[in-house]
Amino acid sequence: MAIAEPPIRIEDAPLNAVRVDDVQLDITLEQLKKLVSPRALTGETMLLNMGPQHPSTHGVLRLLLELDGETIVSCIPDIGYLHTGIEKTAEGKTYLKVIPLTDRTDYLAPMSNNLAFCGAVEKLVGIEVPIRAQYLRVILMELTRMNSHLVWLGTHALDIGAMSVFLYCMREREMILDIYEAVSGARMMSSYIRPGGLWRDVPAHFPQLVQRVLDVFPGRILEYEKLLKENPLWKERTVGIGKISAEDAIAWGMTGPCLRGSGVNYDVRKAQPYSSYDHFDFSVPLGSNGDVYDRYKCRMEEFNQSLKIIRQAMKRLPPGPVMTDDRKVAPPPKHEIAYSMESLIHHFKLWTEGFRAPEGEVYFAVESGKGEYGVLLSGDGSPKPRRVHFRAPSFHNLQPLSEISKGALLADIVAIIGSIDIVLGDVDR
Amino acid sequence: MSQSLSELLKSALGDAISQVTVFRDEVTLHVPRERIIEVLTHLRDVQQFNMLTDETCVDYYPREPRFGILYQLYSIPRNIRVRVKVMLSEYDASIPSAVPVYRNANWLEREIYDLFGIHFEGHPDLRRILLPMDYQGHPLRKEVPVTVEENAFSFNRARIDATKPYATE
Amino acid sequence: MGLEQKLGDMGIVTTSLEKAVNWARSNAIWPMLFGLACCAIEMMSTQASRYDLSRFGMELMRASPRQSDLMIVAGRVSRKMAPVLRNLYDQMPDPKWVIAMGDCASCGGVFNNYAIVQGVDEIVPVDVYVAGCPPRPETLIDGIMKLQEKIKHEPLKKWQ
Repeated sequence: MAIAEPPIRIEDAPLNAVRVDDVQLDITLEQLKKLVSPRALTGETMLLNMGPQHPSTHGVLRLLLELDGETIVSCIPDIGYLHTGIEKTAEGKTYLKVIPLTDRTDYLAPMSNNLAFCGAVEKLVGIEVPIRAQYLRVILMELTRMNSHLVWLGTHALDIGAMSVFLYCMREREMILDIYEAVSGARMMSSYIRPGGLWRDVPAHFPQLVQRVLDVFPGRILEYEKLLKENPLWKERTVGIGKISAEDAIAWGMTGPCLRGSGVNYDVRKAQPYSSYDHFDFSVPLGSNGDVYDRYKCRMEEFNQSLKIIRQAMKRLPPGPVMTDDRKVAPPPKHEIAYSMESLIHHFKLWTEGFRAPEGEVYFAVESGKGEYGVLLSGDGSPKPRRVHFRAPSFHNLQPLSEISKGALLADIVAIIGSIDIVLGDVDR
Repeated sequence: MSQSLSELLKSALGDAISQVTVFRDEVTLHVPRERIIEVLTHLRDVQQFNMLTDETCVDYYPREPRFGILYQLYSIPRNIRVRVKVMLSEYDASIPSAVPVYRNANWLEREIYDLFGIHFEGHPDLRRILLPMDYQGHPLRKEVPVTVEENAFSFNRARIDATKPYATE
Repeated sequence: MGLEQKLGDMGIVTTSLEKAVNWARSNAIWPMLFGLACCAIEMMSTQASRYDLSRFGMELMRASPRQSDLMIVAGRVSRKMAPVLRNLYDQMPDPKWVIAMGDCASCGGVFNNYAIVQGVDEIVPVDVYVAGCPPRPETLIDGIMKLQEKIKHEPLKKWQ
């Protein structure tokens, strides 16, 4: 595997090697045959390709299904159809300029990704964040969680056949996107959270916008539950489907509602509080069976808990700055740039060259809507990171799909994919 | 907290770990390649680190040994994190697979193999995962340039048309 | 709309065949249900409650390329996805159109790296480019209406 090795020529390749046109692949046919059962090779079971263009795969996931009648014998996920190379592009940018890239990994929860990356940078450089910025971050994080869960609920219900829930969810999501737009100027890709605090303070009508969400949402959640919770069609498709035990879920590295649906009490907000989450009183909803229905119930309860946190944070939102006064990472205030030459130069340097981070590795995790979203950041003393690795929750939650779906029916796989709530931008990065 | 943890792990693992570093309150155990499975098994079974949160590779070019494989472990019962680090030489970039210890290392190691070209001995299904099967090379190594296209922004249509391979019907 | 002459009070309308066909084509475009990345979420928003694309006669998303006229490339196209995308395009029946939605589909956007195709026009011919990262729903609607304008002025011969 060393670089010095000459490439294998076609003539020298082993006889059973796989060839695509004239390119020699480093896998063999034997290796590919191992993926399916021997019955598939004799034609007893059927191989069915699902995706990458399929309405219920939530993006460009491809599944190779081996079917015995309608029962799934094995399921081989094939990912990478949205591989964006974000980690490589991040190596060529300064720390500040990586933030817009993080928006585009899990594009349903951009603020969580911003916070995970900024938290890692703050840890690496050693920056304290003002308390007002921390509280605003909490409010925005919880709104982001609701945003992520709304898209999950809408698409999951749409896959199973409840069309109206999708339209309701997208209607409510617009209220959250309005808040995003008010604070950052963009509907989806906010890049609002910066190392050291926030880009700017929230606008004056921010409390009214949040209050509208707080007033409207509890009724809307009841509306969704009325449509789904006791609906016999919904329960038929979800109860007892896609079960995973607590031990298996931990061993597969699942996090978020998928893990909590199996009854494991692990939430990064509680276990290792960041951004002053320990100032707020909330509970972590847990399931017991680990099936699709329990994951649904966990997420629905998380709506209420998010509202509870937002309500507390809005009530106790302290005044003060939203950006650290450490001039190493924070730009000088605008009025200072107007009359101070040093500030102008400093601002220019900060935006072109960036700030330097020390050599070393840090890991910082936040609880995004999908699970533990971690950033492993390796600095090398220069203004650009040596390596940024995103610990994507969807990647880990998707991996046990082959085990969860074994023995399920073909129609159930749609429900299972919906319930583990993957975003392909997050899986492939 | 992290100091006591590092002392504890140092005494428990003995000479299996070559060095323990604490940076920003995070404990990193440096382990030689031959003993990685032993260390991971101990951490999982005795020290209750039951979740492999993340496994990735860092390219420390131009240092030698060049590649660092990082295992980020988390213990749900003890609520602590630890990182295990193995350094690999460019000319002998292979390491025993962690799949027998942690199941979810499967895709993570396939990703590292795909992007860095590290070989994992005993991995059950070592194929490319993110890139197309016929891709040549390993793009996250430092010798691969970050960008692929020069002058991405130009209003000179003639220049764009001359270089851009447009599709036809 | 292409009405040129009205004969007497019998309600007969004469127009050129080209205009009649283009009028019909432009107001019943069936897009393919095909999302790639972030822009696909905005494409969903465009169809959903607030923006409601069906006001413009194109609410009917088809999951099969065989039944669709318009491919909205919503998001970045990776090199692994590129052959799949071309395959889908080839399966669509003529006449067919392509909208490159967003910066990544138009020119690669911020992702100038090994994994992303630098503009989907390297794979399929594009009719309308919609700028934005991701474009707002209004921008996408504007792009679709630009495409309608374009279809209205297309010679019929092109799709023979």
